[in-house]
Amino acid sequence: MAQSKWIKGDVVSGAVLAALGAYIVSEAWRWDYSTAEGPGPGFFPTWYGIAMLVLALVLMLRTAFSAAEQDGKTTDWVGIGRALTVWAAFTLCIVLMKFLGFLTALALLTLFIVAVMYGRPLKVALAAAVGNAAGFYLVFGLALQLSLPAGPLGF
Amino acid sequence: MEVLTSLGHGFAVAFQPLNLFWCFVGVFLGTVVGVMPGLGPAATIAMLLPLTFSMPPTTAVIMLAGIYYGAKYGGSTTAILLNVPGESASVVTCLDGYQMARKGRAGAALGIAAISSFIAGTVGVVGLMLLAPPLARFGLSFSSPEYFALMVMGLAMVVLLAGKSMIKALLAMLVGLWIASMGIDLFSDASRFTFGQSELLDGVDFVIVAIGVFALGEVIGNMEKRGEGTMLPVPKGLRNLLPTMAELKACRFAFVNGSIIGFIIGVLPGAGSTVASFISYGLEKAVSKHPEKFGTGVPEGVAAPEGANNSETGGAMVPLLTLGIPGSGTTAILLAAFILWGLRPGPLMIQENPDLFWGLVASMYVGNIMLLVLNLPLIPLFAQILKLREYVLYPVIFGISIVGVYAVSSSLFDCWMLAAFGLLGYVIRRLDYPSAPLILGLVLGDSMERALRQSLMMSQGDLGILVSRPISATMLILAVILLCLPLFRRANAWRVKALEENG
Repeated sequence: MAQSKWIKGDVVSGAVLAALGAYIVSEAWRWDYSTAEGPGPGFFPTWYGIAMLVLALVLMLRTAFSAAEQDGKTTDWVGIGRALTVWAAFTLCIVLMKFLGFLTALALLTLFIVAVMYGRPLKVALAAAVGNAAGFYLVFGLALQLSLPAGPLGF
Repeated sequence: MEVLTSLGHGFAVAFQPLNLFWCFVGVFLGTVVGVMPGLGPAATIAMLLPLTFSMPPTTAVIMLAGIYYGAKYGGSTTAILLNVPGESASVVTCLDGYQMARKGRAGAALGIAAISSFIAGTVGVVGLMLLAPPLARFGLSFSSPEYFALMVMGLAMVVLLAGKSMIKALLAMLVGLWIASMGIDLFSDASRFTFGQSELLDGVDFVIVAIGVFALGEVIGNMEKRGEGTMLPVPKGLRNLLPTMAELKACRFAFVNGSIIGFIIGVLPGAGSTVASFISYGLEKAVSKHPEKFGTGVPEGVAAPEGANNSETGGAMVPLLTLGIPGSGTTAILLAAFILWGLRPGPLMIQENPDLFWGLVASMYVGNIMLLVLNLPLIPLFAQILKLREYVLYPVIFGISIVGVYAVSSSLFDCWMLAAFGLLGYVIRRLDYPSAPLILGLVLGDSMERALRQSLMMSQGDLGILVSRPISATMLILAVILLCLPLFRRANAWRVKALEENG
């Protein structure tokens, strides 16, 4: 199915960056553009914000109004789903670090990646999770004496 | 003579047991990450950077540089045995290296890659040693306007890092500038883009962005698919890794070509080792008596690109150390590492930190020898790394990324930012935005704004100061030419197309 040119990545990212450029310029106007000594804190962001806004609009409009509506490439939504799932799991691991400690959170992340993302047997996943956490404890906790977030069990 | 005396001093630094040990660790790790497809030296250096903060800066630089040039050696192994470049610069090595392996000459191909890497890597260090001091002396005449122009020229290099779309590269660079200006302003007490978060008052730590964009972005992107290639058997025994005399003879010109082309391309910021290996391969093919055989497994097709991508490392160190201008993602991270250690790469670097500069140069000679010794007999061992499953490797990378960020500040807020930059890294890859310009903008943004504002303070707001001084005017003109290059290319493409249509 042909993808609408208005929802192409370049149009969407162009719109996001144009909004970011507009935000940068609007923030920069709140600071002094110039002072008695020379340029103020608003000087530099004003100019790169304007540049970002203009370039993002050019990218967006050029893509939206380009003659070639389809570039022949299909979007791999399954792949994107896999990647975003991993990212979500990584983010959850950071949330859990505060409550369970780094090692437990990392073991859970490893378990999820091995068992769910790569579909390996649970035994293999458990061995990888425990092995990974133990390795980190030995290298960073014991050998390098780094202080990492600890959970209720003390690690 | 002065160079030789300084080099002697550098060897005294490099041969200190601690530096020798970390040099070995660096080249070993470099070889390992070079062998592994999907994990590059930039991501590795970014991840390990926080762990070097407790080391003396010279030792840390020696180790991180070892990862940088060591990865170039390792990249060929995967290219030859799997037809998958372990490192982007090894993509050209696949052409003839894999074909040689298919013909049962994998050992010779790996041996030629290692020998060529050693010769060219050493030539690159000689070039660095001879060219850096005079370039640094020239840089001593710089004041704020010249520094600003230099930074503009550095940012204009984005043209060469742009990939398919110039607009996207410029946008990525502007995002880098935006991130660089977060925190309290350099000259006033205004806090910029902090979103009311006190954690952002000191700005965003470079390590978080680098690990997020390079390491996490790369791994998350790799996890979209889980294809595995078929590895050709690795010959055992040193004898089977040595090329024949006829093969070495065929590579004579390729060794010289790779060394020289690689170094020249390396000195030009932005071009990078992939470009160097392509040009070197192209030149080798152009002057060959049998160009039609290229791509079917000729030894010089391995020697030329492998030499070029190793010699490029020495060349890339020249603008980095003498002018503070990084030409690639990896050297941008190295620049940030220098800044984090309180060092300022630039014209004064050699004078102020002779131990570091000459120690690094000498360690690169030593590291190249270590790599040759490591890579010839231990190739079968390194090849075993390819059997490491992704599902084992990726959780380790995630763990090291978290530890790397948490070790700097002990802040969970920074870990949250790491996740955010990881997503950004993945998204920009997915949408074909190059990540190197973002890092370039982030690294140079702060210095550029400072130099511009100091220049305008010197001139009471008169912008003319930037163009009235010969060196800054020349560099600004060069920057404009660089930025206009894509327009010239496009105009030429239109002209050629019009000529073809007119018959």
